[in-house]
Order: sequence, then structure tokens, then C-alpha cells
Amino acid sequence: MNLTLKIYRQDGPNAKGRMETYQVADISEHMSFLEMLDVLNEQLVAKGEEPVAFDHDCREGICGMCSLYINGEAHGPDRGVTTCQLHMRKFKDGDTIYIEPWRSKAFPVVKDLVVDRSSFDRIMAAGGFVSVNTSGNTQDANAIPIPKTDADKAFDAATCIGCGACVATCKNASAMLFVSAKVSQLALLPQGKVERTHRVLNMVERMDKEGFGNCTNTGACEVECPKGISLENIARMNREYLKASLTADKD
Amino acid sequence: MSVLDAKIPQGPLKDKWTKHKNDINVVNPANKRLIDVIVVGTGLAGGAASASLAEMGYSVKAFCFQDSPRRAHSIAAQGGINAAKNYQNDGDSTYRLFYDTVKGGDYRAREANVYRLAEVSANIIDQCVAQGVPFAREYGGLLDNRSFGGVLVSRTFYAKGQTGQQLLLGAYSAMSRQIGKGKIKMYNRHEMLELVIVGGKARGIIARNLVTGEIERHSAHAVVLASGGYGNVFFLSTNAMGSNVTAAWKAHKKGAYFANPCFTQIHPTCIPRSGEYQSKLTLMSESLRNDGRIWVPKKKEDVMAIREGRLSPTDLREEDRDYYLERRYPAFGNLVPRDVASRAAKERCDAGYGVNDTGEAVYLDFGSAIMRYGKEKAMVDGITNPTEDVIRELGEQVVEAKYGNLFQMYEKITDDNPYKTPMKIYPAVHYTMGGIWVDYNLMTTIPGCYAAGEANFSDHGANRLGASALMQGLADGYFVLPYTIGDYLAGDIRTGAIPNDSPEFMEAEKQVRDQIEKLLKNNGSKSVDHFHRRLGKIMWDHVGMARNGEGLKQAIAEIRSLRDEFWKDVRVPGKANGLNPELEKAGRVADFLELGELMALDALHRSESCGGHFREESQTDEGEALRKDDEFAFVSAWEWTGDAGEAKLHKEELTFNDIELKQRSYK
Repeated sequence: MNLTLKIYRQDGPNAKGRMETYQVADISEHMSFLEMLDVLNEQLVAKGEEPVAFDHDCREGICGMCSLYINGEAHGPDRGVTTCQLHMRKFKDGDTIYIEPWRSKAFPVVKDLVVDRSSFDRIMAAGGFVSVNTSGNTQDANAIPIPKTDADKAFDAATCIGCGACVATCKNASAMLFVSAKVSQLALLPQGKVERTHRVLNMVERMDKEGFGNCTNTGACEVECPKGISLENIARMNREYLKASLTADKD
Repeated sequence: MSVLDAKIPQGPLKDKWTKHKNDINVVNPANKRLIDVIVVGTGLAGGAASASLAEMGYSVKAFCFQDSPRRAHSIAAQGGINAAKNYQNDGDSTYRLFYDTVKGGDYRAREANVYRLAEVSANIIDQCVAQGVPFAREYGGLLDNRSFGGVLVSRTFYAKGQTGQQLLLGAYSAMSRQIGKGKIKMYNRHEMLELVIVGGKARGIIARNLVTGEIERHSAHAVVLASGGYGNVFFLSTNAMGSNVTAAWKAHKKGAYFANPCFTQIHPTCIPRSGEYQSKLTLMSESLRNDGRIWVPKKKEDVMAIREGRLSPTDLREEDRDYYLERRYPAFGNLVPRDVASRAAKERCDAGYGVNDTGEAVYLDFGSAIMRYGKEKAMVDGITNPTEDVIRELGEQVVEAKYGNLFQMYEKITDDNPYKTPMKIYPAVHYTMGGIWVDYNLMTTIPGCYAAGEANFSDHGANRLGASALMQGLADGYFVLPYTIGDYLAGDIRTGAIPNDSPEFMEAEKQVRDQIEKLLKNNGSKSVDHFHRRLGKIMWDHVGMARNGEGLKQAIAEIRSLRDEFWKDVRVPGKANGLNPELEKAGRVADFLELGELMALDALHRSESCGGHFREESQTDEGEALRKDDEFAFVSAWEWTGDAGEAKLHKEELTFNDIELKQRSYK
């Protein structure tokens, strides 16, 4: 198929952005979306132009590095996939495709389609862990049985890949789905319960400082999440937060 | 005497590690704060090492080329992690895990290292559960296990098909805790481009800030390389796009010997390639071989009918299917080790039985598992006389609960529904057992330079068993390196901070700048990927699943001329001072072009077959790999002498005191 691409380009963090138009020809429907961009970049290199910069790594939907706002949707028109798993069979010959970076104050553009998501790392460093040293001298792994339903719910929350689609798609650029997934995972497991009060307070505080917006329950994040992280996690985080605000010892 | 001293502790195998830990030097907590350690890579080995070292009190600087440590490619490991817990009461033990791993590696691993790995494996599971890693559990709330290839017990812990993700996020959370405390200084989007040696010791690295393009000098008392494997030398592999050998290769060129470079793992169950544009291959977890049966048609006419679309595989009668693994290896069946399964698939496809247009695919069929589980589920649900459709539907639900994310991944890529029609799979490059040579302490031949995880060579011999990479990465990072590095650093407590403006640092920085400038000014006519693809084809054709003397010599000649052509004709657009992915790729491919030659040289030299290294000249009458223990029971450790083709071979003899060397049999 032959396609017209309208791609957002920005030379550097402080440069002004613009939309550029490109044509690609003979795209196979079996290609992944990023392989289609590889074809474009080969063309640009051949012409001596600078290729379009975009983030990607594992190309199997798990590392969370790829992003892209495609025709107004985070990770494009398919559901339950990241951009690297999106295949060209979802498009048709003659289509015009708009490709933009994630948009959020807390994700500044680095170059072209690449954004800086280190705000997520800082939220994690504020409390996304269990404070246990890696000595190996913990108790036996089977010492505390965990009900399968709790373990399964914790796992479902833990499958978040930290791609930022939830933020990109939210009209408020809220990071509540991302933060609540980690808060939920650890609040559901006995190992994480000890620190639950401080964890949720610290992570939410950091989230606000990073400039993410608030949640108004539109649910767009859940729809666009490539891993199907449930909105229930946000509800759970709100409960955790409320409880923590009322009961936390001020030290 | 060889220059290689593996420093294996004396005493009985089972006491070596405990005794060693008691014997080695330790650094007192106050002094640890004054000691800097650089860790390159934040996968399971690097992430775990960074977190552990920081917890112990060292000042850690961690580097990754991705935008966050959580992206390292360990995240993509699917199936599980082995540990000798014996929760299933099936007779597992430290010795059995040790034995399986040495045998699985076709007796080319170091006994003492493997035993230590088996010994600490149980701690890994305890540790990860304590960190909040949500492993799969049974209804009673206890941990569940499954089986992997090459073993007869169930010792694999898992979290659906995302075990690597959950373990890496565990290590990342441990790192995050230390980053928050300021004990780890994290350098995201930084790539190590040179190792700096001062006074014969590794004292730092030169790294490029990939966002600003700035070249930075970072000093430390020791450098840990946990930069992963080099499977991307084949261009197409299951590795991430960014996975590369550069950090390891730069260390090699500065004096770290490179061990067993020809030991690469071709994984049997990957989605076959579909076209020239393809950028990577996708793995379908080995765990699928617990329930999937591998087959091709018995008759050529059925093969043709399937390829032409006249016959659906589901319509082919049982008696017309060749379940070739079950036929050839009745004891292990579909769960033979990876090297054996891959070669068997290649044998059938080479004989003309491949089931897709390229002739390079076999079936992985869940039909009988779905019916088996369906019947079981119907019994449990109390459904009497269920119809076949009901059984199938129930069975599909069970299979979805076990492998749902893998089936979804397959369907997204191929547009085929694997619940209804068998998956098509073919072997692909997945893992590299070879790597930087390390002693028992994980130190390379450069004092103060360590290698951990896939980047080193130590534990998997000539073939890695499934679910053992996660085990080794975490064992090295959490439980081995943090202790052994203290033995070396104890000698550095009075050294003080290492200056980063010594002549050695300036010289290393200059080398890096020169290479970048050379690449950008080259102004050739072909892209980096063009050369990478061609290198991959040479490697796959001659240094892939089957190798022979002629082909290897040809590969060496072709790689040499391709390397010349690369430096004459590569075109790298853009600038040095900013984000430039083409420049990053160019540096990596330049290193692959040297490594590829060393791999071929090593494969040529090792004229025996063992594990993943299959020399056509050395096989049994039945076509199985034939080892030559009297000639090749050693580790090849190559020393850089200025040119990839002129590398000098050193041998570390492997002695087996606790295991009898036998021809491997899975029949």
C-alpha cells in the first residue's frame, strides 16, 4: 500500500516543532508500524536527510519504550497493543496517517517523536518498592500463602509497562493509572502492606510535583492502555490515599 | 601454566561458595561510602547488582542506553525462572539443578560456578517474593511451578508469560529505592563507549549522553559490565533493537578475554520471518512446549497442499502427522533442550517438510492439549456427556489462562488464531552463552572490571536451559557479585576518589570522539542497516544452526571485506551534539563487524559439536552432536591483539570431579 505520513518534527528540546509530510510506497500489510517507519527512515538516509527519531526497543510490546500518537490515538487504532505490535493491516492503501509524540507537560519533547518520561522514574523512586534489602536472608517464599485472587489482581496491576499512553490520552494529562497500578500491586500483597500508608502519600505527592493533572474519571486511560490496566486501580488508590491521609503519623 | 586462573576455591563442591565467602576480604561500612562502582546495564544482573551494592553502602553510578532502567531487555523474558525449591516434591535438589545445567550445557561450563548458581537459586525466589513480585500461585495460596526443556522435574516459577518483566520490575524497584536515597546515581540514555584503564586497573568509562551528545568521563574504583548478550550480530534475533556488544567489546579490546564466542543459542519456538523488511523476530515461550506438540506432515504431497492453501493443517489425520520430537526423543519428547529441538526443526525443513511458503516453519499444536484440558474441566464442572464443541470451548479457556498473552501476541503479529489453527514456528537467535571471560569472582582478565549476567560466559556452557537466564542474572547481581567485588575493593580503601582528568581518561575520550567524527564524516552511500543486514545473513548462513569448516572460512573472508566496505561506504546522517539514533547504531554495528569474525574463528577452531555449536563434520550416525572431550574440554578465551582475525587463543581446561562426562542423550 502507499501512504502519506504527516509527522511531527522538532530538532531539539528547545526548538520549535512543525508537521512534515512524507510519502511511503509498497508497504506490506504484514509490517509492523515501526517497520513502516524504518522504511521511511531508510529513504531519508538515502537522500541524506535526517531520519525521524522515535523511541523503541524490544518491539514485542513489553519494554514500554515505544510511544506515538497515531491518528489521534495513543498506540494507534488497534486495542490492547503497543505501537510496535500495531500492524499495517489496520490501515489501507491511500491513507494519510498523523504521527505525533506523547503530549504532556510532564513529558517534554526531546526530539521529533521522542519524549522524556523520567518523571515516571522519579515517582517510582518516591515509593514504588518494598523496603527489603537484597540479602537473600528473607523468609521462605511459601511462608505466607497469598490468596490466588489477590495474587492475580496484584499481577494484573503489575503488568503496567510504564509507556505513558494513559497520560498521553488523558485530557488532564493525569498519571493516576500508572501510579495506581504500582500502589495497587503492593497494597494487595502482604509484603507491601507495611509501607502502604507512606507509599501512597509519597507517590501521589511526587506525581503532583511533576506536573501531571488530576483524574476526572473519564476512563480514556483504561481504553488506551496496551496492557488493559483497570480503572479499579485508581479507585483503590483513592481509598488508600484517603485512609492514609486520615491515619498517617506525622513524623 | 595458562595465564587464566579461574580462582576456584579449594574443597568439596558443595562447600566452596560458603567457604569462599568466609575467606574473602570485606570492606567496612564507613569505607564503602568512599568507594565508587560503575554498573553498565540495568537488566536483571545490572539492576540487581546496582541495588545490592548501593544497599551495602557503595556509591553506585548506573548506566543504561534506554530512557529508563526498567526497559532493559530482561523485561522480555517470558517463561520463568528455575530454582531448586522442590516445592512439588518431585525429587529436586541443588545437586539435580546443578547436574541438569551442566548436562544441558553439554559439559562445557565450569562446575564450581554452576553449583553456586544452583545453591543460591532458592534465595532468589525468597528475595523476589519479599519484594512483591507476583508469581503465579495455586488456589491454596502457595507458589505454582511448571516444567521446562531438558529436565524431568517442575522447578520453574513463573508469572504468566511475563516472568522477566516481573523480576526486572522487582530489581528496578529495589534500584528506585536506592536512587531515591541518592545511593545510586542513575544515568538514563547514556551509552558506554570506552573502558578506561589506569595503572592496569579498570577505573572508569567514557559514556555518551545520547540526548545532548556530550562525551562524559566517569571514574570509579571498579566497573561492572552487565550489558547483555550479542545476539544482534545476526541482525534478526529475539533481542531488543538496541541490544549490543559495544560495552563488552570495548572492554575486550582493552584486555578482557572473550570466551566461547561461538556458543549462541538458537531458540526453537519463534514466529517465522515473513519478509525482507523484518526488523526483529519474536519468541514464543518455551513454556508452550509443556502443552504444545510439534509436528510436520509425514507426506510431501500434504506439505505441498498445505503450502498452496488446499489443505488445512487441522484437517490432516493423526496418522499423517510426524511428531518428530516425540518420535526421536521418547523420554523427553517435546521438552528436549533448545539446541536439540532447533536442529530437529531444521532437519525436517531442510528435508522439505516446512509448512509455509519459505519452507521454514513447523507446527506447534495445542489441539490435543485443548481437548485434554477441556475434558478435565468438564469433569470438574460436573458436565455430563459434553459435546466436542463444549469440551473445546472449556479447553480454550484453560489454555488462555495459562498462555493468554503469548497467544494474543502471536495473533497480533500473524493475524492467525492459534486457538483454532496450530502456530507456525521456526528457530531464531535468542541468547549468547559466550561472553567475557570471568573467574569465580566474576572478574574479567582486567583487574577491577567485572562481568555479570548474559555478558559473561560462565554458567551455561554450550547451551542454556530454559528459565536459567533469569536465574543466572539475578544470582550474579543479588548474591554473587556484591560479595566477590568486596574482596577486590578492600585493597582500595585508601585510594581516594579516582580523578577523571588523568591522561588515560583524556586519551580514551579522544578515541571515542575520533570514532564518532570518522563515522559522521564518512559520507558514504549506504545506511547502517544495510551493512547490518548483510552481516546478519553471513552469520546466519555460516555461523548459525549448523557450521562447517568451509563455510566458516568463507564467513571470515566475507566479514572482513564487509567491514572494509562499511568503513568506506557507510553513511551516518545528523550531528554529534544531540540525539542521533543512526550514529548510535553505526557504532554498534562497527563492533558487531569485528565480533562476527571472532565468532567464526572460534567456531572454526572448535571442530567438535557441543550444545548450540553444531559442526557438521562431528556428528553421530543418528545426526546428534558429537563432542570430543579429549580435545575440546576447555573454555576458549580469546585475547585481542589488534585485529579480530589475529586474536590469540588461551585455554581454560575444564575438569569434572562431581559429574561424569557422558554423551548427552534425551532419548
